[in-house]
Amino acid sequence: MNILEVKNLKIWDSQTGKGIITNSSFQLKQGSCLGIVGESGSGKSVTCRSIMRLNKPPLRQSGNILFKGEDLNTLSEKDMRRRRGKNLCMIMQSGMSAFDPSNVIGVHLHETLSEHFGWNKAQVAEKMGHAMRSVMLENPLEMMNKYPHQLSGGMLQRTMIALSIVLEPDIIIADEPTTALDAISQFEVVDQFVKLRKQMGSSIIFVSHDLGAVKKMADEVLVMKDGEIVDRGDIQSIFSESQHEFTKYIVSARMALSGNFNNLMRSV
Amino acid sequence: MGSYIIKRLISAIPLLFIISLITFGLINLSPMDPAKVVLEAQGVPKITEELIAQTKADLGMDKPFIIRYFDWVVACLHLDFGTSYVTGKPVWSLIGPAFLNTLKLTTVSSAAIIVLSILLGVACALTAGRLIDKSVRGLSFFLTAMPSYWLASLLIWYFSVHLDLLPTSGMASVEHYILPVTVITVSYVGIYFRFVRSSMLSNLNEDYVLYGRACGLSEWKVTMHILRNSLQVAVSIFCMAIPIILGSTVVIENVFAWPGLGSLSVRSILNRDFPIIQAYVLILAAAFVLFNTISDIINAAMNPKLRNGL
Repeated sequence: MNILEVKNLKIWDSQTGKGIITNSSFQLKQGSCLGIVGESGSGKSVTCRSIMRLNKPPLRQSGNILFKGEDLNTLSEKDMRRRRGKNLCMIMQSGMSAFDPSNVIGVHLHETLSEHFGWNKAQVAEKMGHAMRSVMLENPLEMMNKYPHQLSGGMLQRTMIALSIVLEPDIIIADEPTTALDAISQFEVVDQFVKLRKQMGSSIIFVSHDLGAVKKMADEVLVMKDGEIVDRGDIQSIFSESQHEFTKYIVSARMALSGNFNNLMRSV
Repeated sequence: MGSYIIKRLISAIPLLFIISLITFGLINLSPMDPAKVVLEAQGVPKITEELIAQTKADLGMDKPFIIRYFDWVVACLHLDFGTSYVTGKPVWSLIGPAFLNTLKLTTVSSAAIIVLSILLGVACALTAGRLIDKSVRGLSFFLTAMPSYWLASLLIWYFSVHLDLLPTSGMASVEHYILPVTVITVSYVGIYFRFVRSSMLSNLNEDYVLYGRACGLSEWKVTMHILRNSLQVAVSIFCMAIPIILGSTVVIENVFAWPGLGSLSVRSILNRDFPIIQAYVLILAAAFVLFNTISDIINAAMNPKLRNGL
């Protein structure tokens, strides 16, 4: 069963009339993970934001975004806002800039959770504390009283994951969640995502140009180039038997890189 | 935060010291002999060398520079700025009330400027590119370009003479504040709301705004986060605006016959009344240091990253 069905999504710049996403259709199955790969500027992030209707003017969008059969594109702003966070949760590329730099991160957590569940501070601390420990963050209470610049990118990324655990959304949209991290934090964050999927059975859209992470996470993959979906398929077929030139190109580029790396490691 | 405030206050002391030294030194470099000024002001018909020497000794001018400087600083710390050469009255008795009058005008104007700049800046940022934004910016351009004495005269002509609603001059009642405050506010708001607007607009593109919205926060809450981060730029500008207005009310005070610092300082400069000029420069410089310090402290309170900077 499809939890999300995007049909004929078009996104364009209303000032210049330039098309950004020309005509995209894809589905996300209940409990599965859809990877979106492609170069920078291929329209991955814009596609993600369009599902949550968070693209800012002058960007406009048309088409149907069916979430559990309901078209998000026709909802009122107020109804859409209730879906954000509660049903559709986003995890951003850079934890460092995702939280208000002038507030301790607890403020954002409290505002979000009291918006959706009406919880007070003690309830937020209890639920978040539990979720943060589950993503290997020690001393959650102390962390919640720290400012973003006092924490590392990986810690903030895992805080966002912890928040999404508490929110229990139907769909998690992760927009390049590992790109801004060092290799060790990348590994930990991907690890948390894998666990998150197992525990909660959420459906995930996982955008990345890190093919390794996508391979580990995704069941199906969309390959995007210049605002179009040029190739799609399940993870095995994309990585081993794709017929499309661009897919072959990025997979082989990745193989060449990791091949070099492996050779280097062996020679050391 | 407490230790930051203490450190910041202590670091202002050397600055004040240097300012006082420069103020005192510059006045001493003036080619006019103060003793001559005093004698001329007293209307002495024939100024002889002996009289000058006598006056110098009376004023303590025969002592070395450093000793005179320290005498002056110690006296200033007791709010004793000496006596006016021209009127013979203590400087504080002249400058104190004038300072208070200007301070009243400045306080009311600054409050109006800050409130209006924030309101207009936010309104324009939230409607960027649309009618409200464009018309506010257009109108402000027009109003800021008007010289303040001309705007003041226009307002006096219309509201005081033509409609006979408001007083033309003086500071006897609340109504007396309306016109001068309006003129000062108009000439500053047109510049300052743009800082708030552009700062808001650049913050609108930050990731935390997107993430806040993606978490379902209300537009009001998101705007409050943006405002808090945007105001950090504005706080420094606003805090500097207060001493600038304090020191530049001369024109407005003259048009509205406001008995403030501006009129007093111009009179003293024309009369070469050095003790008053000295005190005026010192008070304004101290106001700049004070408000700069306050702005740093407010910014540190708003932006946690700055607290470790000292």
